[in-house]
Amino acid sequence: MGINYIYPEFEVVRNDARCIRCRVCERQCSNQVHQYDKDLDLMISDESKCVNCKRCVSLCPTRALKVVKSDCLLRENANWSNDNINEVYKQAGSGGVLLSSMGNPKPFPVYWDKILINASQVTNPSIDPLREPMETKVFLGKKGSDIKHDENGKLITKLPPQLELSMPVMFSAMSYGSISYNAHESLARAATALGICYNTGEGGLHEDFYCYGPNTVVQVASGRFGVFKDYLEAGAAVEIKIGQGAKPGIGGHLPGTKIVGDISRTRMIPEGSDAISPAPHHDIYSIEDLRQLVFSLKEATEYKKPVIVKVAAVHNIAAIASGIARSGADIIAIDGYRGGTGAAPTRIRDNVGIPIELALASVDKRLRDEGIRNDVSLVVGGSIRSSSDVVKAIALGADACYIATAALLALGCHLCRTCHTGLCNWGIATQKPELVKRLNPDIGSERLINLMNAWRHEIKELMGGMGINSIEALRGNRLMLRGVGLNEKELEILGISHAGE
Amino acid sequence: MKRVFVNEKWCLGCHLCEYNCAFANSGETNMAKALKNVKIRPRIRVEEDGDAITFAVSCRHCSDPICIRSCISGALSRDETGTVCIDHDKCVGCRTCILVCPYGAISEDENGVIQKCELCVKNAAGSPACVAGCPNRAIIFEER
Repeated sequence: MGINYIYPEFEVVRNDARCIRCRVCERQCSNQVHQYDKDLDLMISDESKCVNCKRCVSLCPTRALKVVKSDCLLRENANWSNDNINEVYKQAGSGGVLLSSMGNPKPFPVYWDKILINASQVTNPSIDPLREPMETKVFLGKKGSDIKHDENGKLITKLPPQLELSMPVMFSAMSYGSISYNAHESLARAATALGICYNTGEGGLHEDFYCYGPNTVVQVASGRFGVFKDYLEAGAAVEIKIGQGAKPGIGGHLPGTKIVGDISRTRMIPEGSDAISPAPHHDIYSIEDLRQLVFSLKEATEYKKPVIVKVAAVHNIAAIASGIARSGADIIAIDGYRGGTGAAPTRIRDNVGIPIELALASVDKRLRDEGIRNDVSLVVGGSIRSSSDVVKAIALGADACYIATAALLALGCHLCRTCHTGLCNWGIATQKPELVKRLNPDIGSERLINLMNAWRHEIKELMGGMGINSIEALRGNRLMLRGVGLNEKELEILGISHAGE
Repeated sequence: MKRVFVNEKWCLGCHLCEYNCAFANSGETNMAKALKNVKIRPRIRVEEDGDAITFAVSCRHCSDPICIRSCISGALSRDETGTVCIDHDKCVGCRTCILVCPYGAISEDENGVIQKCELCVKNAAGSPACVAGCPNRAIIFEER
């Protein structure tokens, strides 16, 4: 097999004084790293197969295991990093495009971490959320910008369709196929219990999950997998997916080996056929074309459901969002470049798109300047990691946030970033029955509910500190934000002052 | 009474229940010390048929336990909660109970007398260790 140029990235360290040879690590590793040697009465490890998902570490009953980064590195070079060199080795061996999973891990600036939130002192009262009511409910959809009366002078209160959320967070699109049945069930059940929404992604909706329809956003992507009348009618909203933060401008490819059984039925394509989502929608080459699809979907759902258009945050996002708002969409979802994925070409994931913080600020400003901000709601995603990120996003102008990586973490994901292998040891990004069963939706949904309830408490605490008792009053309230360590241009785009100003 | 039930749908066949059982009944406070170089004798055992199905089996604490009726020395009894308990001092090791138990839930301990699941009421765990340690809630302790 020739020379192996790449030294394993991780080391499996076993404290033999603690190892009781229970072989849980061996049974739980789908990458077959661990093996028991009867003759030596030893557990041996092949670290070259290890992806550092920590399944064995988490299940080892005596904490005998740890997985650490190998210190067997190439000679230090500030220009040619180990990653750069190993990627060249990989491609020189394979001749192929490099694949990666989950969000961009490169050290680009995280603007959330350079923004600070205000609090009330002396001159205005803060509010204790444990003693006073605090509203986190939001409605997504078109809001009338002026007051209208009927012929009798009565106020017309009828609004276009709205998506009601108990808190400004939704689980973003992850298709059945990219994640498992049990992961979907966990998301669906949690969304229902929480009064928020999850999103089917582009893989259709499994027949078992139609009962969660009122808390489901059904997606129509370029492949149109599983889209039919019942599907559109099942959801609380319909989302047209134009792009995804992890891979703007790129389609999707679920290999035929994963199109089996229920997935083939749900996607409505033959078993074993590759599920290829084209890079563009071939019927959308302009805003006018987009308008046709928006209204086709509105017709199909009798104007009862809001239509979301999801795009990746790219360079001209403000102009694009303005176009989408004018296409008739009710909600614009923008996905930043740190958003996750089940598989993307590494170069695209790591180098294409822009930070969601900057995209959000410029879109909100553009829509306000053009007087069309009330025509759409804004939902942002692409690495919302905590409740404070949510609060900052709302204050920058978002109506709600999409979270997916955080939701997967709650389900047990350890961000090993090898979803594309289909061997997820945590039962999330896999379709192998023996791995899928590792995620019990009773536990999964409970953990998601816990996470969201915790965030809801924290959002209330942060709002209370600012003296704000309704999330609606925080939206676009950029005076509540200050930047630290940002330059003039960044502050200008974000529309916030520097700390101390 | 609350009993240990198994949901084979969620059983991963990881065998952690067996090790948690052995540890809980070892009297030790450190698992590595208790189980290192020891051939464990758990009171719960994972049955498996390749990858097709796996599930853990332990004493069902039957309401009319055939093991108690068959016990020649009066070592087996039901306590006030209904837990089927074994008095190691009375057990003579005749193994009749092992033969009659339809679940195969009784086994011999290292001293030649029998052992069985007593729901961890007599050890430091206090409640079933197999249930507490199951990573996928495949073993549950509840009233049905």
